[in-house]
Amino acid sequence: MISFGLIFFVSLFFTGIVSKTKSLLSGRKGPGLMQPLKDIIRLFRKRSIFSETTSIIFQIAPSISFASVLMAVMVLPLGHSQGLLSFEGDFVFFAYVLAAGKFFSILAALDTGSSFEGMGASRESLFSMLAEPAFFILMGSFGLMTGYTSFHKIFLALHFGSYISYALGVIAMFVLVMICMVENSRMPIDDPKTHLELTMVHEVMILDNSGFDLGLISYTTMLKFSMYGSLIANLFLGDSPLYGTIPAFLGIQFLFAVLAGALESFSARFRMSHNAQFILVLSSLSLLVLFGVLVMLGRFN
Amino acid sequence: MEYVICFVLVLVLFSMLIPIVKAGMKGILAVTGIVIMALISSAGAIPALWGHETRLVLPGSMVTGEIPLVIDPLSAWFILVINFTFITSALYGCRYLIPYHQRTSQLSLHWISYLLTHAGILSVCVIQNSVAFLIAWEIMALGTFILVIFEGNKASTIKAGINYLIQSHVAVLLLTVAFILVASSTGSFSFDAIAAYATQHPGPSLFLMLLFFTGFGFKAGFVPFHTWLPHAHPAAPTHVSGMMSGVLIKIGIYGILRMILLIQVNYLAVGYFILTLSVITGVYGVMLAIVQHNLKKLLAYHSIENIGIIGIGIGMGCLGLGYHLPFLSTLGFAGALLHTLNHSLFKSLLFYSAGYIYQSAHTMNIERFGGLMRRMPETAFLFLLAAMAICGLPPFNGFVSEFILYTGLFKAIPSTSFPGILMLIMAIFSLSLIGGLAILCFTKAFGTIFLGSPRYPMKEIPAERDWLTLLPMYATGLLIVVIGLFPQPFLHMLLLPAGQFTSLMTGDTGPIMDGTFDVISQVGYLSAGFILLSLVVFLVRKKVIGRVPAGIGPTWGCGYVAPSARMQYTASSFVRNYRKLAEPLLSFRKQKTDVTGIFPGEADHHTHARDKTELYLIQWPWQKVRYFLGLFSFLQNGRLQFYILYGMIFILLVLTAPFIKQVFTFIVSLFMVS
Repeated sequence: MISFGLIFFVSLFFTGIVSKTKSLLSGRKGPGLMQPLKDIIRLFRKRSIFSETTSIIFQIAPSISFASVLMAVMVLPLGHSQGLLSFEGDFVFFAYVLAAGKFFSILAALDTGSSFEGMGASRESLFSMLAEPAFFILMGSFGLMTGYTSFHKIFLALHFGSYISYALGVIAMFVLVMICMVENSRMPIDDPKTHLELTMVHEVMILDNSGFDLGLISYTTMLKFSMYGSLIANLFLGDSPLYGTIPAFLGIQFLFAVLAGALESFSARFRMSHNAQFILVLSSLSLLVLFGVLVMLGRFN
Repeated sequence: MEYVICFVLVLVLFSMLIPIVKAGMKGILAVTGIVIMALISSAGAIPALWGHETRLVLPGSMVTGEIPLVIDPLSAWFILVINFTFITSALYGCRYLIPYHQRTSQLSLHWISYLLTHAGILSVCVIQNSVAFLIAWEIMALGTFILVIFEGNKASTIKAGINYLIQSHVAVLLLTVAFILVASSTGSFSFDAIAAYATQHPGPSLFLMLLFFTGFGFKAGFVPFHTWLPHAHPAAPTHVSGMMSGVLIKIGIYGILRMILLIQVNYLAVGYFILTLSVITGVYGVMLAIVQHNLKKLLAYHSIENIGIIGIGIGMGCLGLGYHLPFLSTLGFAGALLHTLNHSLFKSLLFYSAGYIYQSAHTMNIERFGGLMRRMPETAFLFLLAAMAICGLPPFNGFVSEFILYTGLFKAIPSTSFPGILMLIMAIFSLSLIGGLAILCFTKAFGTIFLGSPRYPMKEIPAERDWLTLLPMYATGLLIVVIGLFPQPFLHMLLLPAGQFTSLMTGDTGPIMDGTFDVISQVGYLSAGFILLSLVVFLVRKKVIGRVPAGIGPTWGCGYVAPSARMQYTASSFVRNYRKLAEPLLSFRKQKTDVTGIFPGEADHHTHARDKTELYLIQWPWQKVRYFLGLFSFLQNGRLQFYILYGMIFILLVLTAPFIKQVFTFIVSLFMVS
């Protein structure tokens, strides 16, 4: 319950912090922290326009995709206190329910019959499918390390003792950050601020959404961002008491947002055709974590 | 015993009635027959799932010896799966074949074969005598062959049919060899003899297991024995493809499971083998499925993928037996069995929808479609439901079985040895990759066929079918949703079949229960919650949007004002990135005519995905054999004189055979002396 509320709370400012960081780093004053939220509220009030080609799929997709992210947020714990739902294998549910939402957003893009949106859908489906194995192998390694199979128990039992485990923590964090970037279509996989449709991934999929739907999609992105942020934060929270966890959680989320902003300011987008290979490499990094865990536990027999 | 007699009587009676009634009645009679046979067999199967096995012994003949008929929980599960899909596919077939009603005699043959196939498949599940088993197997295989070549006036159909016939007989050959191996050692054709043989000869029985696995693997479609599948499915009429993909290939799975029960050997080795092959099967199947443009062929490759997923479950189960981990074994076999049911449901539903899509345009090339969602909303809805289920997405049944497999894999990681950990991680990797690739494949298929606007003008405007026609599809769809939301009763039914396997290790026939099954029912509620939440969000959205009337406009073309339907993203362009990535592993044939000159003519570009295993394992050796045999083609020169000469030579050889034998023994004795 606490984690749900906190993730919800963080999501309101997350994109604001990212864009503020980007503005400051490029020497501008930039919009306020609340600007993305204000934009969304403005979109909620606006009239919708639908393409004449679209069907019911286009109408239901944003709602389903939002609901899928909400379901996924529910299974995330916060340190000692577990999420709204916690059960064995909840991370499988986490990944698959997100995939269900993505399934619909890809279909919605294809529903418009626009070649641009088809292009974005094609890229999104390929990239996110390649990112999934990396996540599962990572969770498998954590499962091996701790002997549990749910987010809450794994994160509680996860502790860093030896030098190897620090290295593993860094790699795991890198993999999670990159998965987050892939899933949210941010740099270095996709540039959300590009002006050319041909180089977009996520932005080009939602060209035809307007009004409430567009606002919902934008908010879904923000929520998704803070959801992955909390996943990363959980890596470090461990078994500390609540008055320690909440500030730590907020701090890590803040740092993550600043990191995302810095990453977008200083890095260039990858070549589109090399993205797939890059994402596949994440799986091998996850394998590295697995081998690290095997070394740590001395299980080479 | 009365049940068996009734079963045979119904079969004979309906087979004799079908030819003499009118074309419209044939299908209805066949459905009645199938329903009665299904009821009779289910009457034996349902008690078996609650622990009351049926054991009968038919007297048999001098050749076969006694024929035991056993309905144990494993057979019972398969019988129920088979019956459901057979009933829906026969109902569907009734309506589907209406346009073919003038071909009366062909229809009679078709429906009689349908009954025979059903009877054959059911018998395969209960017979525990090798000779009788092979006979039933043969009835099933030949019946299906006749079903496949329904549209036999097309050369490609006959070719696919013959391909199926040959490959299924290669499987029969392997099974026969395996059965003879046992019979020659033990002198009995009973299945118990196989178990006895395995305990006496642990070494050779590993080879025996391999023989059986290969034989049944042909039917199931494990890579590299899958090459008949992508040819037979598109050639067959749709309800037959649905039936074949839904249940016929599952008979291979049944056979493998039965042999695992009987041949108690080194389960660790068997588990590693099955798991590795299944991972290859699953990934290879879906990788090829993505690049197919023929919808039925695409679905056929997805059957191969799902056989891979089922195989992963079986492999897990065997590893569990080998490592003495009861939960892994339970979850593996239960997941495999549940996925068998699930796949039979969503795959048949996909085929049924594909059938009406085919009848609306008389092509299966998905690039020819577009915007069918508006014309056939109900078919589209059912297709979407099945597509999500096959991708393993919540809230449908595919997710439940995949979740069981994932839980088993993740839970087992800490308690196995190093090679075990690697195998499990490999299985997890491939299962998630398969899931992701399936999403790519079905967004492509659904998006191209149903969404957007029509890419080509159609001769006749496709229309939605009436409710009676859609009834079998809705029934299947309902079951998909029910399993997805309330998996609990189905898991309870699976306790005994899965318990049969775990009892091999514990000796205790009782079901092994742990908290996992409760978790899975919780997942069902979560899926329901997901639907509910989506609905709430959608209603809120509707309320908010309803305040101001929404506008309607053309799709935003990024400034271009005259986009046409032909400019939409096609299926090929949707998967182009993937194709580029997979090119080193797969094989493509490309034909391209470039645009040249100042006044360019027509340009075109064809890509055609080829199956590498088929290329190198079937076509290439076959070419060599044909070349070798071609060397002797001078013998067949078409001159009568020569043929008479061959006859004379043959007669001469036969007449002088005793003399030749004496000459032969003389020569041999010469060598023996020296």
